[in-house]
Amino acid sequence: MTHARRDVAIVAFAQTDHRHRTDGLSEVETLMPVLHDALGQAGLAARDIDFTCSGSSDYLAGRAFSFTMALDGVGAWPPIAESHVETDGAWALYEAWVKILTGAADTALVYAFGTSSAGDIRDVLTRQLDPYYLAPLWPDPVALAALQARALIDAGDTDERALAGIAARSRAAAAPGAAVPQRHCGTGPRAGQPRGNDGRAAWIAETVAARSADAKGTVRGSRAADDYVVAPLRARDCPPIGDGAAAVVLAAGDTARRIHDRPAWIRGIDHRIEAHALGVRDLTESPSTRLAATRAGAFDAPVDTAELHAPFTSQEVVLRKALRLGDDVTVNPSGGALAANPVMATGLIRLGEAAARIHRGASDRALAHATAGPCLQQNLVAVLEGETR
Amino acid sequence: MTREPVAVVGIGQTRHAAARRDVSIAGLVREAARRALDDAALTWSDIDAVVIGKAPDFFEGVMTPEHYLADALGAVGKPLLRVHTAGSVGGSTALVAADLVAARVHRTVLTLAFEKQSESNAMWGLSLPVPFQQPLLAGAGGFFAPHVRAYMRRTGAPDGVGSLVAYKDRRNALKNPYAHLHEHDITLEKVRTSPMLWDPIRYSETCPSSDGACAMVLTDRAGAARAPYPPAWLHGGAMRSEPTLFAGKDFVSPRAGKDCAADVYHQAGITDPRREIDAVEMYVPFSWYEPMWLENLGFAAEGEGWKLTEAGVTALDGDLPVNPSGGVLSTNPIGASGMLRFAEAALQVRGRAGEHQVAGARKALGHAYGGGAQFFSMWLVAAEPPTT
Repeated sequence: MTHARRDVAIVAFAQTDHRHRTDGLSEVETLMPVLHDALGQAGLAARDIDFTCSGSSDYLAGRAFSFTMALDGVGAWPPIAESHVETDGAWALYEAWVKILTGAADTALVYAFGTSSAGDIRDVLTRQLDPYYLAPLWPDPVALAALQARALIDAGDTDERALAGIAARSRAAAAPGAAVPQRHCGTGPRAGQPRGNDGRAAWIAETVAARSADAKGTVRGSRAADDYVVAPLRARDCPPIGDGAAAVVLAAGDTARRIHDRPAWIRGIDHRIEAHALGVRDLTESPSTRLAATRAGAFDAPVDTAELHAPFTSQEVVLRKALRLGDDVTVNPSGGALAANPVMATGLIRLGEAAARIHRGASDRALAHATAGPCLQQNLVAVLEGETR
Repeated sequence: MTREPVAVVGIGQTRHAAARRDVSIAGLVREAARRALDDAALTWSDIDAVVIGKAPDFFEGVMTPEHYLADALGAVGKPLLRVHTAGSVGGSTALVAADLVAARVHRTVLTLAFEKQSESNAMWGLSLPVPFQQPLLAGAGGFFAPHVRAYMRRTGAPDGVGSLVAYKDRRNALKNPYAHLHEHDITLEKVRTSPMLWDPIRYSETCPSSDGACAMVLTDRAGAARAPYPPAWLHGGAMRSEPTLFAGKDFVSPRAGKDCAADVYHQAGITDPRREIDAVEMYVPFSWYEPMWLENLGFAAEGEGWKLTEAGVTALDGDLPVNPSGGVLSTNPIGASGMLRFAEAALQVRGRAGEHQVAGARKALGHAYGGGAQFFSMWLVAAEPPTT
């Protein structure tokens, strides 16, 4: 079992308002407020942080080494112990957790950012496919998710009405007033830009619509929520295009207790990958999620909350099955990736949202999940707990 | 809470070339991984997790290639973690893998770094588009040449020192069957008269563009006890970063490099690196960086590094051999170049460096840097296990 050998907790979480476009904002300008927010919640200065780790992708920014300038947002002077993963920030959190376990650090700052609007995200994400056999065909993430959704419907695991229910529940959860935001946890409606629009903002519904978005990120002239994008997926089944960033502070043992009166303890965390080729996978199952959850101890005791990184409604169906989540578990009270999807930060935000619920006493034991790669190829599961009050 | 000692029990690298058209990206990484497993007498099923690194994805035109490579690396059903810290990534990747063992999260980890630069054009991949960079700053040489010039001016080093480094490293490469460049007819005169690329850096003083990969198997005490060949033991490892550009930054001898080395020496109990370290594999993409890093890493006083090079101290048979493998100047698959430094340091203390073995090497330093001389990763490995 990959259980923690040293008590490590998430003690602060911050995120941006997620917007369709952030033209004119540099990575540093996007990140600075979030980093300061997270550090401020923890009552720490940058110099108090023993290890810093970030997640992002050059392919979203459209240029090599896009993370190097982001370092200016941290203020890496005097020099800091620092590393970077070229994937979702959830894996940066994992690397930081390992660093704290070695004893080389007691505190860590983890951040992630993504500017999905800089290019056409549907085209960009085709570049992560097998470059010899798959990428030349440019199959985009909606088309691949639609294959998965079709397989689920054919297997009797879901139907379009159930998917519509997932979309409606997620977007309602992110609507203004649906959650109880607290100053120190940066959760709730902030995640839902644009808010509660039942999928009219859907990612994919519109490159065109994103272009016509006004300064507040409200989408005009977009495809109706129940129009198919790629059957059986309708616009509402797809995530919004989003730019944004998130940051988390980790701390060990007594340091965590000093920082927060109810730290979100990481009881276990594990990640697993599957084969890349979709043809050799059963897309209705997620064995990597199941294995990661087992290794993280998710099945040792019931969880009351699950934050799932499911950009498409159909993927929530796969994850619920893999994680054996019953109706008594509150799934994606934040609205999840269907409400805000700043690619490369979305997974880290799941960990942050789950921790924030523990921080404010809305959860005692929460599961957080992050994914990467096409059709849930790679999955990370963490189990977070608050101490019994 | 004690850290688990970390041992390097398997090392593999590909044949490096300007273009490995005989293999796919998957074939390239598998060639290195397979050799590392063979060296450790292990199979894919013995590996608990894989940590992979490479420099920008634009170098091959594949976004997050680790997803596509999961099958080739035997990672299906296992954790696969991707690291990217610019040119230092090969070193950082090895350190992230070592942490997994040290923290006892996993017992045996495969770590690998690669670059298949022939898939695209690395020089333009390194040249950020306007408006992120001024239009004439093409390639890494354009960025680093002014800092070399600043070093020469600051220390009064004579013009020919850079050529001495290149001549030494390219001849060392003749003893390394895996090196990309094997220039059998090289002479010092040829280096000195090669075309000027980025003044003061001449053509023969620059690194090549290579396709290649490097892999290592890291394991715990129990794993080391089962290994068929002597392991290299990790005594210290560290990463340090500083911003790319800021008022007061010392490009000639960045503080992040000094701090990183000091951290490693402290962990390893090294007080006099020049005397206590037997071999150094440092990241020298342009010849002049050898004397510059000799000072930054504490092997020479400030302004004195070039004197060690000029006196032959850094030669294979010198008092402090630097880059016995031929270094980055002879082999440069960018993402893997840092891991090659780490791996070559380990080969030295394992006594398995073949013709470029430094006689009696017991402690060796592996060094990598990247970005605008802002990211550093280093490790110190030894023939004996750590005592604490």
